Amino acid sequence: MGAKTGSSPPVAPPPASSATALFPSINALKLKTKQQELLIRVSILALVYVLAFAIRLFSVLRYESMIHEFDPYFNYRTTLFLTEKGFYEFWNWFDSESWYPLGRIIGGTLYPGLMVTAALIYWTLHFLRFAVHIREVCVLTAPFFASNTTIVAYFFGKEIWDSGAGLVAAALIAICPGYISRSVAGSYDNEGVAIFALLLTFYLFVKAVNTGSLAWALASAFGYFYMVSAWGGYVFIINLVPLYVLVLLVTGRYSMRLYVAYNCMYVLGMLLAMQIRFVGFQHVQSGEHMAAMGVFFLLQVFYFLDWVKFTLNDPKLFYSFLRIALTCAISVGSLALGVGMATGYISPWTGRFYSLLDPTYAKDHIPIIASVSEHQPTAWSSFMFDFHILLFLFPAGLYFCFKRLSDATIFIVMYGLTSMYFAGVMVRLILVAAPAVCLISSIAVSATLKNLTMLIRAKNNATPMGSSKGTASLKASAKASSFDQPLPYQRNVAIALLLGAFYLLSRYAIHCTWVTSEAYSSPSIVLAARGAHGGRVIFDDYREAYFWLRKNTPADAKIMSWWDYGYQITAMGNRTVIVDNNTWNNTHIATVGRAMSSYEDEAYDIMKSLDVDYVLVVFGGVTGYSSDDINKFLWMVRIGGGVFPVIKEPEYLVNGEYRVDKGAAPKMLNCLMYKLSYYRFGEVTTEYGKPPGYDRARGVEIGNKDVKLEYLEEAFTTSNWIIRIYKVKPPKNRW
Amino acid sequence: MRKVFGCALFLLHLATWMTTARSDLVISKVDRRIDLTSHIVRVLSTLKVENAGRVVVSEILLAIPNMQAKNLANLKAFYNEGKGKGSAINLPVTEVHPEGMPPELSFYSLSLHEGLEKGKSLTVNVLTIFTHSLQPFPEEISQSDVQLVVYQDSAYYLSPYEVKSQSLNVLLPGGRVESYTKHPSGKLVDSEIKYGPYEKLPPFSYSPIVLHFENNNPFVVAHELVREIEVSHWGSIQVTEHYNLAHKGATNKGGFSRLDYQSRSYMGGRSSLRQLIARLPPRAHSIYYRDDIGNISTSHLWGDSRKTQLEIEPRFPIFGGWRTSFTIGYGLPLQDFLFVSEGNRFLNITFGCPMDEVVIDDLIVKVVLPEGSKEVSVSVPFHTKQRHETKYSHLDIIGRPVVALEKNNVVPEHNTYFQVHYKFNNLSLLWEPLMLISGFLLLFVACIAYMHADMSISKSSASYIAKLQWDEVQATVQQVQNVIKRCLSAHEKLETSLQDLSRTGDVQSCKATRKIADGLLKELSKELKPLMGFLQSSPQAAQIWPKVEELVAKEKEMQEKLMQKHVAVVDCFEKKYSGREIENRVAPYQQKLSALKQEVDDLLDYIDEI
Repeated sequence: MGAKTGSSPPVAPPPASSATALFPSINALKLKTKQQELLIRVSILALVYVLAFAIRLFSVLRYESMIHEFDPYFNYRTTLFLTEKGFYEFWNWFDSESWYPLGRIIGGTLYPGLMVTAALIYWTLHFLRFAVHIREVCVLTAPFFASNTTIVAYFFGKEIWDSGAGLVAAALIAICPGYISRSVAGSYDNEGVAIFALLLTFYLFVKAVNTGSLAWALASAFGYFYMVSAWGGYVFIINLVPLYVLVLLVTGRYSMRLYVAYNCMYVLGMLLAMQIRFVGFQHVQSGEHMAAMGVFFLLQVFYFLDWVKFTLNDPKLFYSFLRIALTCAISVGSLALGVGMATGYISPWTGRFYSLLDPTYAKDHIPIIASVSEHQPTAWSSFMFDFHILLFLFPAGLYFCFKRLSDATIFIVMYGLTSMYFAGVMVRLILVAAPAVCLISSIAVSATLKNLTMLIRAKNNATPMGSSKGTASLKASAKASSFDQPLPYQRNVAIALLLGAFYLLSRYAIHCTWVTSEAYSSPSIVLAARGAHGGRVIFDDYREAYFWLRKNTPADAKIMSWWDYGYQITAMGNRTVIVDNNTWNNTHIATVGRAMSSYEDEAYDIMKSLDVDYVLVVFGGVTGYSSDDINKFLWMVRIGGGVFPVIKEPEYLVNGEYRVDKGAAPKMLNCLMYKLSYYRFGEVTTEYGKPPGYDRARGVEIGNKDVKLEYLEEAFTTSNWIIRIYKVKPPKNRW
Repeated sequence: MRKVFGCALFLLHLATWMTTARSDLVISKVDRRIDLTSHIVRVLSTLKVENAGRVVVSEILLAIPNMQAKNLANLKAFYNEGKGKGSAINLPVTEVHPEGMPPELSFYSLSLHEGLEKGKSLTVNVLTIFTHSLQPFPEEISQSDVQLVVYQDSAYYLSPYEVKSQSLNVLLPGGRVESYTKHPSGKLVDSEIKYGPYEKLPPFSYSPIVLHFENNNPFVVAHELVREIEVSHWGSIQVTEHYNLAHKGATNKGGFSRLDYQSRSYMGGRSSLRQLIARLPPRAHSIYYRDDIGNISTSHLWGDSRKTQLEIEPRFPIFGGWRTSFTIGYGLPLQDFLFVSEGNRFLNITFGCPMDEVVIDDLIVKVVLPEGSKEVSVSVPFHTKQRHETKYSHLDIIGRPVVALEKNNVVPEHNTYFQVHYKFNNLSLLWEPLMLISGFLLLFVACIAYMHADMSISKSSASYIAKLQWDEVQATVQQVQNVIKRCLSAHEKLETSLQDLSRTGDVQSCKATRKIADGLLKELSKELKPLMGFLQSSPQAAQIWPKVEELVAKEKEMQEKLMQKHVAVVDCFEKKYSGREIENRVAPYQQKLSALKQEVDDLLDYIDEI
């Protein structure tokens, strides 16, 4: 070491000595491996937190800080009311602006979690002297909760696998398109908060099962309460958790921990959930919640039998007791259920629940559910679009879960499989599956990467060159060498696989960013298109029309439109609507559908009976906007016909074909919807080289160019004709 | 219409009844020009006033019928100093109620600075501006109709003085003239109607005229405009203007057809309001245009060094009777508008709305000064209602002082500069950043306190005690590690001393170093003893104990080897062996040492990870 006499140059000492002087300080600053790991973990989590928030801001950058789509407008309106009038006013609010003339009891028919959350954030910020507008709070609520979800995902991943899997899960869920689709800035909907609450409840429950701690079970009950207050999807929790408990019982994994966790969570969660007016006593009265109650009693029986077995201490006696006890319990349970059902105390399953279990149910029985595009069964392409590589990692993750089976992995496997089924039934439920898919995929990624790096580092350590650090790698090398003797190209293959994994993950990141920016950031109120010169053209017709309504119609005017636009009209137009997106009264919606599909004079009578002052239709014939009322018209006919048999769907079709051109059915050409959409459209030339009255959305020349209106008059049409508003004329004098 | 005529006749009657000369003043010549090209009526009267009496006269009275006076937005009188184009001097105008005058008239007095001496004459220009004076007739028109309006006035100049010679020109916007009063001597030339000249008319002469003509200008009236001017001493002034607009022309009837509006743009909606142009100060930045439900994307902006021009289109064209509301906002550089004089600061900024030909029924200008401003005073060139408010914005504790100025019936002529004087201490600027910093500091302190605080409820539970013990064990292990590290650094010193030796050959100093190091190491091993004793006895350390023991043993071994090596090398030097010889002798120690060092390092890392 120090034997190279005189070979060192004379200039060397000074720097060497200064270096030795510096060394202690650097050594003091140098973090221990554990601290380093903690630092890296925390900074990765912090970055993921920021990333999850930032990627959801595309919509704000592309458009503006605005509320998106349909339902969020209702949520925004109620939040505004809550912050202005206070909680009790909000709770007791009878809204006469919707469902005219029925009105709606807002406090009793909504999940208040989202509004209360946003209002609390707003009040906190104001308390801290940040004078933000409530709209900004509402717009950013969903991204904020998405960020929080990543943290929960980290802890969940840590609970079911290890902290590495937790980190990967946080990163995957931060940018998973399936989740982003419902949580971009401006998507102020229940789901934005609910997915956080869902994952939090599951995490806390798994934690409670793992520890058997009353505190965690209590926390999960509160998580459940928050979920119940935020979204109707809580039914998923209240069915999945008992199912999980049942599976644990069947597989012989019953433990005291499970008993404590489930009982505490169920009893407290149920009591708390009853505080939400919209849910009320459903936990004890509705068929959808009975599974949880059944499992609750089953657990008691199980515990009791366990105790009896312990006290009896005689297998023969116990078995005979078991037989009697079981028959008693089952008969009592089924009797109670039967009596409950028969007396109507326990309500049967609702149609919505059936349509979840059976994808074809809604199509046959509830057209109003089937008419919503997000309730359609999911196509493979949208699975690919929303999950990308997670779709392949999911089975791999399941393999790892089964390989290391524990209470926690059983839970995540069940969550993953059930939610995947539901995601297949309805497009919108991809959202519920997204966290499970991310978690299971993260196990696959983390476990694979760990194995590969172990191989590489083991090789590294074997060579005397590297000053390898840490006994972890020492152990790893020991493990690796004991596991199997190195295959010929093991290290190279491992490196190649690592690079492959890196490539896949980066493709995932690129895909997610692209999907978010292109597909999921459109507010759908403002439409953007590319102009002839490549410039961005904005169609702001919706707001143009709604603002016109707000400013230039009497304050008590009643607007009739298809229910899709109800929330937007009340929120932006501030006018009373006949039906809106809260589709609770099918008859009322059917009445509107009937009016739209009747002849003008018949429709006039219906409209007069509903006190309608203005009729609003959405028309895309000029711009080629395809989700307009003419394309939705068949659903109006179907829903109207479902209640009023005078409306017959075949009358609007020609040989089972839906058309608006010359060959269309006469009833179609003269119904109110057709007339209102195409009034004076026959005089317009929409495209060069096409005859006047050429409908660009459907690509045909319309069949009835000479539309005359007798009982209505055009009141307003937006600059791109997307929205047309007609005024209902007052009745004519009789003499 | 009929009511209006009736009123006019009544006035005429009154005027003929009250024909008493007011004073010695005589108006020798009046030229009146009424500008009806927009919806704001501007009347410019040039009066040549002669003092025919004996005494010096210091005020001139102007008479305006009450019916018009209620729409009077601005009354300005000025005369030109010297002949030709001298500088205009404004005369102060006050509303007066002289005795013995008909109550149907409102009187305004112009006070002359120096007084008009006997026999002298003076030419005074009086500009009166009226709003809401053009009545649409018919009141309802369809989209393709032209907008016709009615205007009434007197052919004669209404004055409490005798008027010797006068003429009246009415400027119309062009287009169709439905009818006009031909008597007396009215004639239409191009788009101008001329009355007069009339000679020698007694005081209060009045001859009503009614003009019915086409005026397709949008009658843009802001029911309310709230301008908020927020001063920030960090470098910008933020102006926010909330408009509540209506088209007060003929009301639209029979609906609105987009087809007619788009394809026959001349026919469909000529009097509709399509766009507004706001002239903003130069270097205006961060301009936005939005309303209650979001951003409005139809606006254009041009700017050069002298002005910024913002062209905005409402969401929909505004027809007669339609309303809209919107907000525009912009930032201005602070140094262009805020000045310092005698320790006071004053803000010098325009009062009215930056748009052309907009009548504002109710204008509220709010000047929001920074938190901590004192002694606020305002000077506005015309009468306004003033009140003080407080506004809470970001990070405000006591709130920002706000001066609210309210004025009714505002026309573009009111868009003049006004000043707000106030005192502000520069140190107050630091208040908000300091508050933020201390807020974060408190947060971190709270975090630290939480991390160090013992929050457990039951101090006697097994797990709590175990945790305490474990903490203690960890602390001890930490101490052991420190001691080992110090030993290692002592080793390093020995090694360097060997290096020095090989370079300088100073055996004595090397020996001295060894002695010191030896002493140090002994002391450290003494220090280690109680720690090891504790670890051995503690049940919590059972798992970690063997490793620590091994570490200490290895370190001890390393010490010994190193000492041996050191002794050997020094020995060799004393015996003056060659370098190769020394290397050969030291080699076995060296090997052993590096192996030991590796083991010690690994053990240290392992203990670290626990």
